[in-house]
Amino acid sequence: MTTLLEVSGVSVSFDGFKAINNLSFRIAEGELRAVIGPNGAGKTTFMDIVTGKTRPNEGRVTYGEKSVSLLALSESRIAQMGIGRKFQRPTVFEDQSVADNLMMALKKDRNPLAVLLFRPKAADHARVEALAGEIGLADALHRKSGELSHGQKQWLEIGMLLAQEPRLLLVDEPAAGMTLAEREHTTDLLKQAAKTRAVVVVEHDMDFVRRLDCKVTVLHEGSVLAEGSLDHVTQNEQVIEVYLGR
Amino acid sequence: MSDLTLSAPTRRRPLVLRHPSVLVFLVVLALFTLGVTLLSEGIGLGVISTSFIKTLGKTLCFCLVALAMDLVWGYCGILSLGHMAFFGLGGYAIGMWLMYERTRRIIVDSLATAELPATPQEISDGIASQIFGVVGASDFPPIWAFAHSLPLQLAAVIVAPGLLALVFGWLAFRSRVTGVYLSILTQAMTLALALYLFQNDSGLRGNNGLSGLQNLPGLDLVPQSTVSLWFFWASALALGAGYLFCAWLVSGKFGSVIRAIRDDETRVRFLGYPVEGFKLVVFTLTAILAGIAGALYYPQAGIINPAEVAPIASIYLAVWVAIGGRGRLYGAVIGAAFVSLLSSWFTGGQAPDLKIGSLHIQWVDWWTVLLGLSFVAVTLFAPKGIGGLVDLAARIKSPNRHGADLGPGAGALREREADE
Repeated sequence: MTTLLEVSGVSVSFDGFKAINNLSFRIAEGELRAVIGPNGAGKTTFMDIVTGKTRPNEGRVTYGEKSVSLLALSESRIAQMGIGRKFQRPTVFEDQSVADNLMMALKKDRNPLAVLLFRPKAADHARVEALAGEIGLADALHRKSGELSHGQKQWLEIGMLLAQEPRLLLVDEPAAGMTLAEREHTTDLLKQAAKTRAVVVVEHDMDFVRRLDCKVTVLHEGSVLAEGSLDHVTQNEQVIEVYLGR
Repeated sequence: MSDLTLSAPTRRRPLVLRHPSVLVFLVVLALFTLGVTLLSEGIGLGVISTSFIKTLGKTLCFCLVALAMDLVWGYCGILSLGHMAFFGLGGYAIGMWLMYERTRRIIVDSLATAELPATPQEISDGIASQIFGVVGASDFPPIWAFAHSLPLQLAAVIVAPGLLALVFGWLAFRSRVTGVYLSILTQAMTLALALYLFQNDSGLRGNNGLSGLQNLPGLDLVPQSTVSLWFFWASALALGAGYLFCAWLVSGKFGSVIRAIRDDETRVRFLGYPVEGFKLVVFTLTAILAGIAGALYYPQAGIINPAEVAPIASIYLAVWVAIGGRGRLYGAVIGAAFVSLLSSWFTGGQAPDLKIGSLHIQWVDWWTVLLGLSFVAVTLFAPKGIGGLVDLAARIKSPNRHGADLGPGAGALREREADE
């Protein structure tokens, strides 16, 4: 499999504190990957770097067949290139309906003039409905998304990400605050998504990671501590020491 | 996806049908215009005086600039406290032509009796010394280069505010200045413009401003009662067209995106939308709208001077929109009309004085205090403003879910936890 995203030798420090320390990470096209690590291990900062929110002090981040460097690009440009991101807290536009949220996320020309002249076609409405069906919100299409439950908002956000049709999906703690049934649905959504694109999931919950059944990267103090199957990394002594605390 | 039976609107209905409030607004505006015309001094029953027709016409212009303010603040979340600068620029642009052309006709008439026909240079010098005598100059400053041409000055009504907004917005948004810092920056912009215009060598007659704008060149025989109606109609037409334009702008995906920018700008960036570009488009379009409103306002006011673009004017604009209810177009219109009419009633000396004990309240002085208090009250107790009454009437209430858990199960995250 070809490499989709490669992060090499990246370091970031905030006021002298090294949040990311010589981190290297690589993910192939269509791969599902879980990233785990204790609080402050640099999981969210890692996502900030890839999506252009934070500029690293050193290192390289390259993406796609042509190995384009992402470091000089704006957040919106990176998103347009096919990197989608889901935040820890569900961030949907609560003032707008589920359909509006999804319609906004649909992969279309993003420049202001094109958006101004855009009028949805039947195919776009059908796509929005299909997505809503996929995330279990078909009945809530015309409800304000602010009225949805926490879990439903998480799904709506995942639906918006799918609507963007990204090649790489970065998901930050998707299962936080969810009930067991909701977690199962979320796992299915992510596994389904990973069939057609690369997905990186940052998660605390070990059961959730086990259910994802994929390669795991353990972060600690801003660099990679171990990488491999979940069973492999949980047997690693260093991992047990810093993370599992046993 | 064929088994989905949810009704997808395949054919889009016209804008006014999808948003009934647009239709209601246009009908009310048309009836209002018709009613005022029928009662006017100019061609109607003569119940409404010419000066009040002008007040109503000016109020319509305020409504138009309030629409612009609502678009930029209520919809896009940019609290611009400088939009009256664009309003003023529009006024100056049209005022230059009005003043030039009227003075030219007077000069030509006065030179017509001379023995030799006047040369163009003599005419030009005559106009210049007539206009700029008050600031001790007798030459045309470069910015008056196009003042002889109505089409060019009309273009300037759009170009001048648009260009200033484009340059200012590009610099500010590119540096990601947001929130209160942006508001302060816009205040600084309008203050700088006012201070510049106050200078005698600014080329726009310093603190004298431009005057006599109510007289249309070449139409001296048309009474003001008729001219006032022309401008009243033009203002009503502009407001109607402006309302339709704004409604169109916010109805589609563009409206979705700018409201999303208002609510969570970072998230919109990660959706791939160039947020700065959208803000710049909204900022510039609304500046142009404000410029058009100003160009219609000042011929009715008769005079424009730098005090009109002082920072306080833009703050009043924000107050109107807040009191009317931002985030809905008719709210802005209601707020501007209500507050500015009330303001001219209170400051016009018509409001009866109030005596509370030793306190003698004369509304001419106390009106701003009352306005300030109402602004605070609206912000604290009725953030939806007057427009919120419509929701009450329609019984549309957004559910208050504070305190409820965020998920369906007892183990779900609580609001308090989610906020941490």
